This record gives sequence, C-alpha cells and structure tokens, in this order.
Amino acid sequence: MVGLVDVISLGLFAAALRMATPIVYAALGGIFSERVGIINIGLEGTMLTSAFAGVTASYYTGNPWLGVVVAVLVGGLIGLLHAVLTVKFVGNQIVSGTGINIFAMGFTAYMSQIIWGSRGASEGVRGLGTWTLPVIADLPVVGPIIGSHSPLVYLMLVVTVLSYVVLFRTPLGLRIRAVGEHPTAAETAGIDVLRVKYLCVILSGMLAGLGGAFLSLGHLNLFTRGMTGGRGFISMAAMIFGKWMPFGAFGASLLFGLADALQMRLQSLGLLPPQIILTIPYLLTVAVLAGVVGKARPPSDYKPYKRE
Amino acid sequence: MKARALLSRVGSPETLRGILIQLIAILMAFAVGAVVLLVTGYNPIDAYAAMLRGAFGDVFRVGQTLTQATPIIFTALAFLFSFKSGLFNIGAEGQFLAGAFASALVGISFQNLPAPLHVLLALVAGAVAGGLWGLIPAVLKTRFGAHEVITTMMLSYVALYLTSYMVNYPFKAPGWVSQTVMIAESARLPRLLQGAQLSASIFIALALVALTRFILNRTILGYEIRATGLNPSAAENAGIDVKRGMILALVVSGAIAGLGGSGEIMGVHRRFIDGFSPGYGWDGLAVALVGGLSPVGALLAAILFGALRSGGMIMTRATGVPLDIVFLLQALVILFVAAPALIRAILKKGGLRW
Amino acid sequence: MAPAVEMRGITKTFPGVTANDDIDFTVEKGEIHGLLGENGAGKTVLMSVLYGLYRPDAGETYIDGERAEIESPAAAMSLGIGMVHQHFMLVPSLTVAENVVLGREPAKNGLIDEGEMLERVRASCTKYRLDVDVEAPIHTLSVGVQQKVEILKALHRGADILILDEPTAVLTPQEAEDLFRAVRSLRDQGKTVIFISHKLREVLSICDRITVLKRGKVVGTVAASETDMGELAEMMVGRRVVYSFEKAEVAPGEAVLSVEGLEALDDRGVPTLRGVDLEVRGSEILGLAGVEGNGQTELVEALMGLREAKAGRVSLCSTDITRASSYERIRAGVSHIPEDRHKRGFIPDFTVTENLILGSHREARFTRRGFVIDYEAAASHSQALVEDYSIATPGVGTHAGNLSGGNQQKVIVAREFDRDPRLVIAAQPTRGLDVGATEYVRKKLLEMRDGGSAVLLVSADLDEIWALSDRIAVIYEGRIVAVREPAETDETELGLLMTGGRRG
Repeated sequence: MVGLVDVISLGLFAAALRMATPIVYAALGGIFSERVGIINIGLEGTMLTSAFAGVTASYYTGNPWLGVVVAVLVGGLIGLLHAVLTVKFVGNQIVSGTGINIFAMGFTAYMSQIIWGSRGASEGVRGLGTWTLPVIADLPVVGPIIGSHSPLVYLMLVVTVLSYVVLFRTPLGLRIRAVGEHPTAAETAGIDVLRVKYLCVILSGMLAGLGGAFLSLGHLNLFTRGMTGGRGFISMAAMIFGKWMPFGAFGASLLFGLADALQMRLQSLGLLPPQIILTIPYLLTVAVLAGVVGKARPPSDYKPYKRE
Repeated sequence: MKARALLSRVGSPETLRGILIQLIAILMAFAVGAVVLLVTGYNPIDAYAAMLRGAFGDVFRVGQTLTQATPIIFTALAFLFSFKSGLFNIGAEGQFLAGAFASALVGISFQNLPAPLHVLLALVAGAVAGGLWGLIPAVLKTRFGAHEVITTMMLSYVALYLTSYMVNYPFKAPGWVSQTVMIAESARLPRLLQGAQLSASIFIALALVALTRFILNRTILGYEIRATGLNPSAAENAGIDVKRGMILALVVSGAIAGLGGSGEIMGVHRRFIDGFSPGYGWDGLAVALVGGLSPVGALLAAILFGALRSGGMIMTRATGVPLDIVFLLQALVILFVAAPALIRAILKKGGLRW
Repeated sequence: MAPAVEMRGITKTFPGVTANDDIDFTVEKGEIHGLLGENGAGKTVLMSVLYGLYRPDAGETYIDGERAEIESPAAAMSLGIGMVHQHFMLVPSLTVAENVVLGREPAKNGLIDEGEMLERVRASCTKYRLDVDVEAPIHTLSVGVQQKVEILKALHRGADILILDEPTAVLTPQEAEDLFRAVRSLRDQGKTVIFISHKLREVLSICDRITVLKRGKVVGTVAASETDMGELAEMMVGRRVVYSFEKAEVAPGEAVLSVEGLEALDDRGVPTLRGVDLEVRGSEILGLAGVEGNGQTELVEALMGLREAKAGRVSLCSTDITRASSYERIRAGVSHIPEDRHKRGFIPDFTVTENLILGSHREARFTRRGFVIDYEAAASHSQALVEDYSIATPGVGTHAGNLSGGNQQKVIVAREFDRDPRLVIAAQPTRGLDVGATEYVRKKLLEMRDGGSAVLLVSADLDEIWALSDRIAVIYEGRIVAVREPAETDETELGLLMTGGRRG
C-alpha cells in the first residue's frame, strides 16, 4: 500500500493537468458548437487530423509553432465541412460527425504511409518543448503542479477564460446563446443566424485542432495511428458534465485527466491490470451522464434552422 | 415506358429517388478518392481495377468479399433496428465484442456437447451478451435521460478493454498472443469454400435481413417501433409504450450485433483474439446509412464495403496503394450520404433537374 | 403626407399555395390599421414580407413614400418597422434587457456595457410607459408581460411602424384591455400600428381602419366607424357566419367521466392541477373554458394517462382508471383529439392508412395471428374512412404529412370517432383550420354527442365553447372554479372567472 501513497503526489496533479489539456480544448470546441445547436461528434476525428497536420507541418518546416497554426487551420477546415453539411445542407449531425471520424482515421493512416511509409507512427518531429514559468515554478505546491508545462497547457488556461468571456460578456456571446436557444428570435433581432452557426462550428473545429496539436506537438512529438484514443468522445462528456459552461467543462476535464493520470500511475505499479483501469474514464463518463444529464438542460434543441 | 413500369414495381418515386441519391453519393466518393490517388501519385484506374478484380475476380475472391461483408451486415442491421425506434446506437462495436466473447467462452467451456446444441448455445450466448450490452444504455436512456449516442459509444470502449482484459488474464491461451484457446470443434460454424474463411454465419446474416424486414414492416412490434421513432409523443398518445419500445429495440439491436460477433468467432477466427474487430460497429452505422436504412439496402451496402476490403487488399498488393484508402472511401461515402441535399444541390448545379 | 406603408401587387407563393395574390395594402401614418382575415388568409405572410422574413415573388413596398427593398428583418428595422410575433421572439434564458438590445448591444472595449444597457432599456420603458423589470430573465415572466417586452423591444429599436400579429390570442380579456390602452397611447405618440387579428369585435374596437383579406386577396379596406360586425364577417368569409349550431335537444345520460380532486405536476415539476373536480355525462358536451396555461394541457394528458396523477381519482363509467395506461384507456373507450396535432396527433411520415389505425393497431380486425398487422384489412378500412369523412388525399398510401392541415385533422377525427368512444376529449379541435374544416369538426362533435358519447371540449376559443357546449366549466390555476349553463352566464362573467376576478 506504500505504492498507493506514492501515487498521490504533486506530480500526479501536474500529469492530470497535462492529460486534461486536449480534453479541455475539444470540450470548449464542443461548447461553441452545441451552443449554436450543432452536435459535433466529429471532435475526435478533428483532433486526430489536426494532430497529424501539425506533425506534418513541423516535419517539413522544422517549426512546431507553424505546426500548431496548421493544426488549427485544418481543424477549422473540418469544422467548416461539418457546418456545410449540417447547417447549409441540413444533414444529420451524428452522421456527418461519424463520417469525419472515419475520414480522419483513413486519411491520417493513408497519408502517414505516403509520407513516412508507416501506418503506425510518424518520424519524430520538433515539438514545442516546455516552458518553465519564472517565480511560479519555484513556489511550493503550486510550482510542481503548474510551473513547467507545454506552452499549449498555458494557452489552454487562457482559452478557457477567453471562452467564458466571449460567451457571457460580449455581444457575440449573447448572439451565440440566442442563436442556439431561439434561432428565430435571433433572426428577427437582425442576427445572421447561419453566419453565427458557421462561425461557431468552425471555431469548434479550431479548438479541437489545438487539442490535436497538443497531443502530437506538445506531448509526444510524433503522430501515431489513432492517437486521440477516444479523447474527443470523452470531451463531449466533459462538456455535458460541465453543463456547457467553459469553467464547468474545464473542471470536468480535470477530473477525467486526473483519472487518466491515476490510471497510468497505477498501471506502472502493476496494482491493477491496465485494461481494467483504462475503462475507468469511460465508466465515469457513463455514470456522469446517467446522473447529471437529467438535470442539465442542453442549450439548444439541435433542430436544423432554415430561413423561409 | 417499359423501364418505368418495371421501376415502379420496385418502389415509389421517393424510394427510387433515394436509391439514385445513394448511388450518386457512392460514385462521388470514388471520384474524390480518385483525386486523392492521383495527387498522391497513384493511377486510380489501375487501383480501382485491381480492387474490382480482388473483390469479384473469381469464386474465391467473391467468397472473401462475402466474408468481409458478413460482420457488417450484422452491425448494420443492429444500427438500423435501433434507429427505427429513434435511437442512435453507435455502440454496436461493444455489443459485437460482448457477443463474440460470450460465444468464445461457451465454445471453450464445453467439450462433449453434440455439435448442433453447442452451436446453438454459443449463438444464444452471443445474442444474450450483445442484448445485455444494449440493455444498459437503453435503461440509462429511459430512466435517466442519458443520451444513447454517448453512452453506447463509451460502453464500446468498456467492452473493448474488458474483453482485452479477459484474453490477457483469466482466459489467455498459452503463448505470446492475447487470445483464448481454440473453441471446440462442436461449436464451430462450417466453412463454405475450400481455403476461404466464408462461413455459415452469412446464412444467419441473410436470415436476419429477412427477419428484420419482416419485423419492421409487417408486425405490430415493428409498427410500434417505427411509430416511436417517427413521433414518440404521438405513439405514446396512441397507447404505445414508448420506453418499452426503445428498450426492446436497443436490446434486439445489441443482440443482432452480438450474433455478428458470434459468427466471427465461431466461423472465422475460432477463438477470441484481442483487437480482432477493426471497427465493425462503426462500419455498421455507415453501411446502414448507405443502404438507405432498409434491411435489403444494408445487405447490398455491406457487400459494397466488403468488396472494398477484400478488393483493397489485392489492390494494395498489386499497386502498392495503402490499404487505408479504403477507409477514406468509406468516409467519403458517409459524408456524401450525410446530406442528401448536398447531392441534389450538386446535381442542380450540373444542370440536372428532377 | 405619404402613407407610412404602401405595398403594391404583393404576390407570394409556397409550394401548392398562393399565400398572397396581388395584394395592395396602404397604412396611413399614425393610425391603428386592422388586418383582418381567417386563419390562412395570408395576413401573417403579408406582414412577414413587410418585415423582411419572406421575399415576395412580385410586388413593391414603399415606406414613407420611398421604395424599399426589405431583404431581412435587419433591413426592416432600419426602416423603422418592428414586429411582435404571435409566437414570442424572446430568448427564455436571457434577461429582458438582453433581449431588448440583442443584435445591437452597447459595448465598451468589446464587452457588453451592462450599465449602459440597463439604463437605455429603462429609459425606453419610461418613454413608452411600459412597466417591466428589465433584469428579470424572460422565462420567469407571464405571457402578458412577455408581450410588453416584445413591444418594448420593437420600440427600443426605433420602430415607428409596429406590427402586432394576433396579439390577444394568448391574453386574458383584462390583459387584452391593458394592451389596447398601450396601443392607443402609442398611436397618440405618433406611432403607426398594424393590428393582425381574426377577431371582429377586437378589431372594431381598437382600429381606425380595417383591411380584410380572404384566401390571399384583399377584399377591401373600410373605416371602423363606418362598418359593423356583420359587414366585416361577410367580407371575411364571404357569407354570413353561422354563430350558433342547430343543436338537437338531447337529455344527458349517466356520468361517463368523473374526476375527483385530481392533482398533477407540469413538465418542470410545478403543481399545475390542484384538485380538479369534473363530471361529463353521456350525450353532453362539457366545454372547458380558460386562459391557456391554467392546467388544460396537463388535465387532458392526465385524463389520457400521459401524465401521472399525484392525487385524486379518475373514473370512466364508474370504473377507476386513475392508474390505467393510455392503452387501457383507449381500449376502455376514450378518444382524444390532441391540442397539438403535429406533436401528438399523427405521424407525418406514416401513410394515411398507418395513421388511421394508430391506437387501434392491436385490434383483432387489423391483425393476424396476434402479432402481424394485416395491412390489407387496414387499407380497406382506411379507404372506407377516407370516403366517410371526405378526407382529400391522393390515396391511402400517401404520407399523411403531405395532406393539408384540415385533412390531417380529419384523419385524426376519423380515427378517433370511428372507435365508437364513450368519451371524447377534444382539445383545441379546430385550431388552425379553415372555416369549412372547422364547421365539419364541430358538426362531428355534435354528432358524437347526439349519439350518446360524452364530450369534453377544451378550447381557447370562447365562441366555440358557446356554440357547442351544453355546460361550461371554467378552469383557473388548476382548479375548476365554476360550472355554468350557457343560458345563465355571459362573457363578462366567464372572463372574470377565467382570470380569477371572481370565484364561482
């Protein structure tokens, strides 16, 4: 039992923050999309494609930051595809998202074989490295937890706050919420509903793209087949658990990140078979959905909106 | 005129138009795939030709195509069945694995049973396990309002890891590979072609196509399930127990997927191997949609996807095109099928009216 | 002076319908102009064109004498046109102030300037004498207050021309009076008001001039002071309206439905039925009058077994059915015409046949071997019903969603009445139907009554209640506050009872 005590360390919380980062990005993406009434189940595939795109850009240019930019742009492009299919052509949101997920799987594996001749993994590329915050890193308790991380972890904290501000303090946020909850009211108030929807679904893809960039450039510095491993789906649960609020989703993601980190620690100690521990985040998600969703009201009825 | 009369016997104008749109979606996916091949330095004509040969070149290849199609006929029917009740069961993968493992367990647990009984027992176990795996999200949905899209998906991962645990620990066969020992001879489904993996599982699949069609279109149960899916409030008002219908539909859906898993274990692999399913559950969703959400359509679409797989392998061998182009093609078909309005808009742009 | 609004030759068609057919329509500055017509006459479509929600197929619009291309509500607003829709265009979770400024929010450094927002909205409240709590979230406000917010929203955005679409449909008579006062005061401040309605009396009392539409065409424009109800009614429907039906004298029978102390919660868990006592006898139509939202919906659902009864007793012909399922109630002889036919009444993607057996689909006459549906028997049955009830459909295999509203309702009526019910629950049975279909449905209800059925008629339309009921019960805040014979009451008393102004 000494092992268990060792597991609960400050390093664990630092790991939790790291594991939570891609989930937070994608969950924030999910929030923007669902706040305008579009379910984005394609977050998983968007992250995967962006993770691949980021690595590819870094591979060819040697500049990981350019990789991040490309990942975000590709994420936005996939968001645009989802928006075109579901907003403009009022296609089924789940089906479109599923198509994006399967596309991501096939496309990234196909292209990594073309580029690196391997279905499994890319070559290693230059990653973003870690930043160590001056002063903060030396603080007790806080320092070991948040003092030294990938820059994308810090960006995630900023983006979470920004998402809150945008949604609840700006005119755009007011319009986003109006569009999701009562699109006709928004339209009659002179808001271009379709434009807001497009904007948010594209933004959703871009945020998921950041999550993908973190996985491949902020974490592993290479691309591996299916490296998102269901994080896009978990982020949807984090979004729901967080009641479609940025800070709520952040908290839920931290919880899932903690479970993930705990799982890896326990696994390395051999206390439990890894497969059993790996089910924990998924079981937790199901439990969360069963317990919370009944009371959490979605911000929209997700019906397609059509003028005339 | 004759053609039109013949066509009208196949279905209403809406149905025919729907079929046409599905076909165009498939063609467009292949067109986009050709562009991808061109851009990445392959000759699409050669690739597609090799694929076609690989899929239907001879009896053996057809057998391979049908072998690939078999599991996704099951998962497609599973998706379709729950969809008709208004539920998006995208967790057929988990139910498939649950069924597969249950059948494997029955297969390795008895040695002296008469073959028909053993086969039947293993199939029932698969159906029950799949059904139970479908029951969980059904109950969570009807009792707590938990969205089935997320719960079925999450439970797929749970099934994946749990079965993986089973074949890595308690039921691991001696050796390096994470798998069970071979199931008893008496629990195996017969193979149909010399040297090929095509098994009697395809007959179960075909029977289920007919049965699903019959249940949905002819029976009281099917009527109530369709009413529930199309307008639950009106169904409830008509005295239909909507919750019961949803639970039943998801359980049956899970059982169908589970049987698919049984078929793979008992007919093809003869043991449960960790990670043996390359995502048949997701394919089922795609196949059901490409098949226009009708059982017969699902059968045809499954054969198409099976042909992509078996033909894809030959194509890879003959032309060096990475096999993953097949998944890309599938995804493109789904994306085009996702929005029929898109296809109509493209046709309109092209000057075609209907 | 140029008219505030001049529309010339407006034509707007939808697949299969010409909603507006070459309409000329002029509104002078500073008048209250009534736009009168039946449901489906094209009033709302015409106003949606004016407000930029629809683009007309032909025709021109002039605002203050200037040619205007109104391509969107935003364009309409910038021309000083505001519209208060029948279904409120308010976002429930946002506050009054947020709704009012939505789309043109005061901002500072990119953020919403909360203080400025509240100040401006409060200023508008004072200016237009509309008293509302600007910081309250919309979903906490009553319907009457929400309507005020809608008007405030339009005026705040600089509307000089205010379109009110059926504004009194959801109001109590007292709230309506309030609204009229506000509208008159706006006119006195120089605003132009277009008042859409199908209620003659209302239009006569508030409007200066009235334009009547019928089937997408203008019948004529008259000054309110120079016309009367009779003339308007004739313009509206083209013939004298039958205000009362010839009702056969039938002695009521035994009690069919008895409700004692029924309590139930609404969807949010708020107690909404708070002890309903009610009795409907055979060969009797009991009209349930009340302002919408006083528990009618919950009562009907509780009677149908669609909503759990928290307390009390429901019996059908002395059999307790309080805990019975919907299925058991249908089998026991309860028929139901739901208030929202799209939601509960039928299934658009089912064929006419499939819809006509909905609820009877387990009966032996439509099944074989207990589990297979006999679609041949069902089809010939529905063929007969289509003829009996003169349902206009290309065939029984057509999807019901392709039928017109009136024929969809006939499908429901045919299905429900064909079961020979002991009790008919008809909720808003003629809502949204044209005159012909309305008359048909009402006649059928009377036939059911004459044939011995008990009929519970729930209607927001007092005229309908008057015309059909043998007794009138008034529901207010989840209780039956009075039961009256039509002969011994009048509209004033009912209005007071419906609004809690008087206890039975």
